[in-house]
Amino acid sequence: MNPWPFVIGAYAVAIALTAALLWRSLASMRRAEAAADAFKSK
Amino acid sequence: MHALANPARFLRIARPATSWLLLVGLALAIAGMIAGLTLTPPDYLQGETVRILYIHVPSAWLGMAGWIGIAGASISQLVWRHPLAAIAGRALAPAGATFAAICLITGSIWGRPTWGTWWEWDGRLTSMLVLFFLYLGYIALASAERERGGEGRIAALYGLVGAINLPIIHYSVLWWRTLHQGESIGLTGSTIDNSILWPLPLTMIGFTCLFGAATLMRMRAELAEAKVEARMRRMAK
Repeated sequence: MNPWPFVIGAYAVAIALTAALLWRSLASMRRAEAAADAFKSK
Repeated sequence: MHALANPARFLRIARPATSWLLLVGLALAIAGMIAGLTLTPPDYLQGETVRILYIHVPSAWLGMAGWIGIAGASISQLVWRHPLAAIAGRALAPAGATFAAICLITGSIWGRPTWGTWWEWDGRLTSMLVLFFLYLGYIALASAERERGGEGRIAALYGLVGAINLPIIHYSVLWWRTLHQGESIGLTGSTIDNSILWPLPLTMIGFTCLFGAATLMRMRAELAEAKVEARMRRMAK
């Protein structure tokens, strides 16, 4: 059995899910802080 | 910890810490993964599939560490009514759930060429799956409680009760005869050869920093939302 598809598949899952977690966290932080700043300036 | 009870003081530390954790985490995790894929020899028994170790072990640690954090935040909320405790618990849950999912999926992928099966209902795998479902329950309960204007005490109780699963995960390989191997990395040393082991601290620290960055970003988002809600309430009066 060729092991590399399993190794690459596992790394792809780990990278994709970590990137999705960071992206969603960053997006929600930026959106919420921008809304707070906009509200403050009003 | 009580020094951080003031959200303004917390934000003064969290703002620079988020960027640093993100940058250091990305650098270490990428370096560790590249080293694990290219610079280490294959294992004499498992061959090339041993390279899954460098992502599976950090994700297992962070899946459990997330719930240790939730249990700590729950105690902090129920005992001291720390104002950031509920926010910390809600911020830790998505990161913990993500790494528990990574652990389950990479373990399943590792199991197919090593054990000849994608899944086995043994102690370690089942208790880790239970942890993942506990995270989903916590996320649903905490967000429902927040929408109803609650203080998060029910979610905190759930967080404490769910912590019972942590020793079960840890000792499952000792308590039951399982397909999953026993502990190979402990506080006193490791049974893994150093030529294979050395990139693991890089990915362990790297992914831990990324977990910390994601948690801080979610805490900052919740604090900003709370600030807007408080101002809107003041304006409505």
